[in-house]
Amino acid sequence: MTPLELLTWARGPGLSIALAICAFGILLRLFEIFSLGRKADLSKAREHSPGSGWRTILSRSLPPPGLMKRAPVTYIGGYVFHLGFAITLFFFVPHIELVRGLTGLSWPGLPTQVIDISAVAGLLALIAVLASRLSNPVKRLLSGFQDYLAWLLTFLPLATGYLAFHHLLIDYTLALALHILSVELLLVALPFTKLFHTVSVFVSRWYNGDIFGRKGVAS
Amino acid sequence: MAHDAPTIAETLRRQGISRRGFLKFCATTASLMALPPSMVPAIAAALEKARRPSVIWLSFQECTGCTESLTRSHTPSIEGLILEQISLDYHHTLQAASGEAAEAAREAAMRENHGKYLLVVDGSIPLGNAGYSTIAGISNLDMLKETAAGAAAVIAVGSCAAYGGLPAALPNPTGAVPVSAIIKDKPVMNVPGCPPIPVVITGVLAHFLTFAALPELDDRGRPKVFYGESIHDRCYRRPFYDQGKFAETFDDEGARKGWCLFKLGCKGPVTYNACATTKWNQGVSFPIQSGHGCIGCSEPGFWDMGPLYKPLSMPIAPVQMMVGAAAAGGAIAGTAMAMRNRAAKKAAQAAHQKVTVDDLEKAK
Amino acid sequence: MPSTDSGAEHGNALPILNEIRHALARLLESGETSVIDLGALPMGPQDEAELLAALGEGEVEATINAGGPSSVRETAFHGVWLLTHRNEAGETLARFIEIAFVPELLMSQAEDVADSAAALAKKLGQAQNG
Repeated sequence: MTPLELLTWARGPGLSIALAICAFGILLRLFEIFSLGRKADLSKAREHSPGSGWRTILSRSLPPPGLMKRAPVTYIGGYVFHLGFAITLFFFVPHIELVRGLTGLSWPGLPTQVIDISAVAGLLALIAVLASRLSNPVKRLLSGFQDYLAWLLTFLPLATGYLAFHHLLIDYTLALALHILSVELLLVALPFTKLFHTVSVFVSRWYNGDIFGRKGVAS
Repeated sequence: MAHDAPTIAETLRRQGISRRGFLKFCATTASLMALPPSMVPAIAAALEKARRPSVIWLSFQECTGCTESLTRSHTPSIEGLILEQISLDYHHTLQAASGEAAEAAREAAMRENHGKYLLVVDGSIPLGNAGYSTIAGISNLDMLKETAAGAAAVIAVGSCAAYGGLPAALPNPTGAVPVSAIIKDKPVMNVPGCPPIPVVITGVLAHFLTFAALPELDDRGRPKVFYGESIHDRCYRRPFYDQGKFAETFDDEGARKGWCLFKLGCKGPVTYNACATTKWNQGVSFPIQSGHGCIGCSEPGFWDMGPLYKPLSMPIAPVQMMVGAAAAGGAIAGTAMAMRNRAAKKAAQAAHQKVTVDDLEKAK
Repeated sequence: MPSTDSGAEHGNALPILNEIRHALARLLESGETSVIDLGALPMGPQDEAELLAALGEGEVEATINAGGPSSVRETAFHGVWLLTHRNEAGETLARFIEIAFVPELLMSQAEDVADSAAALAKKLGQAQNG
């Protein structure tokens, strides 16, 4: 199989399979999660706090006082990674072309220099949070196989994309094929691992905020 | 080829060409072979010793486009190449002889230059029915094997000879294969392209006649000097790709301004060829300069690598139906799971037994 | 088909001009000459015009008639020469920028000088004998 044939497979059957598994998994899990429900809360709400869930979506995105000092790598690394990853994912023109190809939607992209900086920042942040996870005894104790898997599956698309764009180490065609394949792995694993937070994060935050609101905890 | 035949330098001198003219020839040859100008002395030294090689050109399942391309080479012109620098002993489109005389010429050249002649092949070889393609009643496979046996090296010119090309495109009705699938015991150089750039064909011939060897090849048997870099990396429109300026259609503002053609399906990023620098028609232009994206004609299997006008990052086949079906399947499976979970919950509730303090006291 | 894009600036001339600047420095320091093959560089339709306009016209212009006419022209920058090799049909074969005090091809070649010396001696001998 030549690199171009691998790329053709990745752009064709590979992508179809990955997207199908991803869509199947996301729907499956959403149906499952929403249908589970919670036990009816029979107690009276402490105070009426409409919008508590919505406020929590925002407030949980900001570091609580003190934690920035106690866990700077987690916070700064987390922000830098998520921003870098999102900018690279949504504003690199070939990525927008992919979305346009799938959905017909498109928006303006950013110059490759900006994408380059975002990708490097994302990669460095990922390396920093992994180093922190491995060196901090508490984090290491809390980490399981799935955490490292999620890290690897996120790292690979950024790394292979970077190699492809800069023509480093491997031939561009092969790098592009590996890049697309690594994204397909990510798509396949997304619904069934902690990576599902990309879909569920704001739902669970709203839920937590709403429950705590009922219990009288300000959001 | 007699051993006391004049060297190429001697031939040029006999034609009244001065040393200065010879150096000019070397400089243009270096440019033709895509070698740096600093190689001119080495080329001059090699040409002092080089003798006219015998060349046999075989055409199998092909469209003659490669030969058409070859005859449009202006440096050196094909006339100049054939008359002065190589001895083209067999080429069934260009030779005057036909029928038995033509085959006799091929056999004579093979006999006289055994082990030294250069074999050039264009077109793919059918492995299905031998009768799919024959010349003088000889199947392509037999003729290739027979002629390659005494060759110093084989050059597969064009995407058909190099990778199978159009005849090998799915469903490959004739069982077409490239030269490299058959010839394993000789150096085989691939010069892909549909057709290859004229001066790339003459460039590799010039390399063989200058250095009596094939140029350095990459892992796919292509000469690195011509196929070492992608069209995209050598494209004069590359700065626009980096700035995010793209033509969206073939007649919009971006197209008129000569912006990057990536979104219109340009295969430049995955195509390795010299079009962007060597260009076509005496260096006049190349597809991207004319406003059309690269179609990747010099890559293996380019007929089957997806639509020409879809960007490289786009899916090749429509995925919406499949993804929609999968999502629906996910919803159904999720509902089933939900029902099972609810049933389990209900069962748990039903199995729930109330225990009072008295019961516990009794149990003691 | 000629280029369809007009008026676009690709900026591919600039790196070549910088390369020439470095080559001029080398020529002055060590006398090392440099040759740039214009056929090996990515050039858009405007890039070439831009490059030639930036280099300008100099004081020297020569034509070499050997295997077709070649033009040798010094640009406005002394030591930067533009060489265009053509075949007998006038088709351009190759174009170089040579950074040198005198382009190699303008100089008479030792082999040709030797031939000429012999030819002249023969001619004089014939004249004296005849």
